[in-house]
Amino acid sequence: MSPPHIAGVGMTTFGNVPERTGRDLFAEAGSTAIEDAGIDREDVDALYVGNFMGELSENQGHMGPLMAKAIGLDVPATRVESACASGGMAVRQGVRDVRNGEADVVLVSGVERMHNMGTAGATGGLSVAADDLWEIRQGITFPGAYALMAQRYFEVHGGDREDLAHVAVKNHANAANNPLAQYQSEISVEKVLDAPPVAMPMGLFDSSPITDGAAAALLVSEEYAEENGLDTPVAITGTGQGTDNLALAERDSLVWTPATRDAGQEAYDDAGISVDDVDFLEVHDCFTIAEVLALEGLGFYEEGEGITAARDGETTADGSLPVNLSGGLKAKGHPVGATGVAQITEMTKLFRGDHVNSEAVEDASVGLTHNAGGTVASAVVHVLEVAE
Amino acid sequence: MSDEIQNDGYDQAIEAIGAGEPYALECPDGHHSMPPRRVCPECGESELEEVDIPTSGELLTYNVTHVPTPDFADDVPFVLGIAEFGGVRLTGRVQADEEEVDIGMPVELGLGESETTERPLITFDLA
Repeated sequence: MSPPHIAGVGMTTFGNVPERTGRDLFAEAGSTAIEDAGIDREDVDALYVGNFMGELSENQGHMGPLMAKAIGLDVPATRVESACASGGMAVRQGVRDVRNGEADVVLVSGVERMHNMGTAGATGGLSVAADDLWEIRQGITFPGAYALMAQRYFEVHGGDREDLAHVAVKNHANAANNPLAQYQSEISVEKVLDAPPVAMPMGLFDSSPITDGAAAALLVSEEYAEENGLDTPVAITGTGQGTDNLALAERDSLVWTPATRDAGQEAYDDAGISVDDVDFLEVHDCFTIAEVLALEGLGFYEEGEGITAARDGETTADGSLPVNLSGGLKAKGHPVGATGVAQITEMTKLFRGDHVNSEAVEDASVGLTHNAGGTVASAVVHVLEVAE
Repeated sequence: MSDEIQNDGYDQAIEAIGAGEPYALECPDGHHSMPPRRVCPECGESELEEVDIPTSGELLTYNVTHVPTPDFADDVPFVLGIAEFGGVRLTGRVQADEEEVDIGMPVELGLGESETTERPLITFDLA
C-alpha cells in the first residue's frame, strides 16, 4: 500500500466575492489543480467535494454531480459534509480510495459561498454545526462556543486575551505576503484587544472571517505518477479522524479536545512517525483559542501550556515549530467546506518551494494538517511528507 | 409558536424545567444525558430512566454574545453559560449583566424565552 502523492493543487483567492457562485469558485480551483498536475482530465477516477452549507447559502445541495460537470468530469462524484471539517474529510476519502487501489487519480476539493448570506445569515448558518435542541435554541453561536472554551481555559489553566492575541498577530504576519489570503495585512496586539466584541472573550480579530473560496488537490497513486512521469514531491503518508459529543456541554472537559487527540494519534501511527518528527503545521485556528487547543490535543504542548506558544515565538515563521504559515483560517480566510483542502494545497506549495513562505521550511520533511468541525466534535489530521 | 412542529422528548424536558421539576435520563451504569435518547451516549445501554436533577447548579463558563444568530437578533448583548446540575451540564442564558457573573457561581435553573422569537430557552438565575 503506497501513499497517495499530490500531483497538483489549486485554490481561488480567498475573500469577499458574494456574487460568485459555488460552482464557479469550485471550477476555478478544480481546473487549476488539474492543470497544475499536467494530466489528462479523462484520467480522473473520482471526485469528492467538501461543502458545509450550500443548502443555506445558495439553495444548493447534491453538489457532487454539479461540480463534476463544472469542470467537465464524468466520474463518480460525492459531496462530503462534516461542518468546518468537510474539506479534510473529502481529502480523507480520496486518500483511502487511492491507498486501497480503487482509484489511481482522485480530485479532492472543497467549496463554500458565505458572504451572500450577510453576517447574521452566516452566523446562523454556521450555528447548525451545533446541537439544535440543546445549543442553538439557547442562542449559541460558534464565536460564542469558542468563547465558552476560552473563558474556561483562562479559569483552569491561566492565560488571558493578550496571550491569544499573539496567535492572531502571528497568523496575520504569515498571510501578509500570501497573494491568495483574505487579509494581507499585519496587525498589532493592541488592535486585537481593542477590536469590536463578537462573543467575549472572542473579539473580531480573535475570529476567522466570513470567506468565499474553493480549493482542490489531485491525488495520484505512486504507480500512476511513475507511469506518467509526474513530478510529485509530496505524499500524504498518514490520515486520522476523531469524533466527540456534538454539544460542548456534554463533554467531560470544556478545554480538551479528544477528537483532535484521536485523529492525531491515528495519523501518527498510520504514517509511522511521532509528534517529534513534525517540522511544521497547518491547524484549525477558526478562533485564536482553537489554535491553542489544537496544539495541545495533537501533543505538541501539555494541557494548559499551548497558550504561550505564539507569544513566546515558538510557533512564528522563524520559530522552532512554525504553525499556520499560510496565514491560517484567521488571516488566509475560512470558506468552511474548503478549509481542510486549502491546508493541503498551501502545505504542498510550502514543501515544493512555490509558496511565499517556503523559505521558513526549506529543510522540512514532515508536515501535519489539522481540520476541525463544530467545537471539535469532528477532527481530521493528515501527515504530509517529502516523497522519497 | 403553538403551530410549530413538536420535538418529542425535548419539549417535555423543557416543560419540566419550566415547572421547576427538571429531569435527565440515567442508564444502569449511572451515566446521565438529556432526552431524546434511545441509548446512553456513553455506553449504549438502552434501559434509560428519568431521574430528577437539582435546580441548583454551578456556572462552569460563560461568554458575552454581541453578534447573534437571526433568532436572537433583539436579545443581544446577552450572557450565555454552561452550568452543571447534578450529573448533567446544560447551555443556557445567564440572567445577569456581565459584571455580575463569575465562573463557579451558584445558579438556579429555569425557563425563559427569546426576546426575538418568544421561543422557550433555558435560563440560569444568579442564586
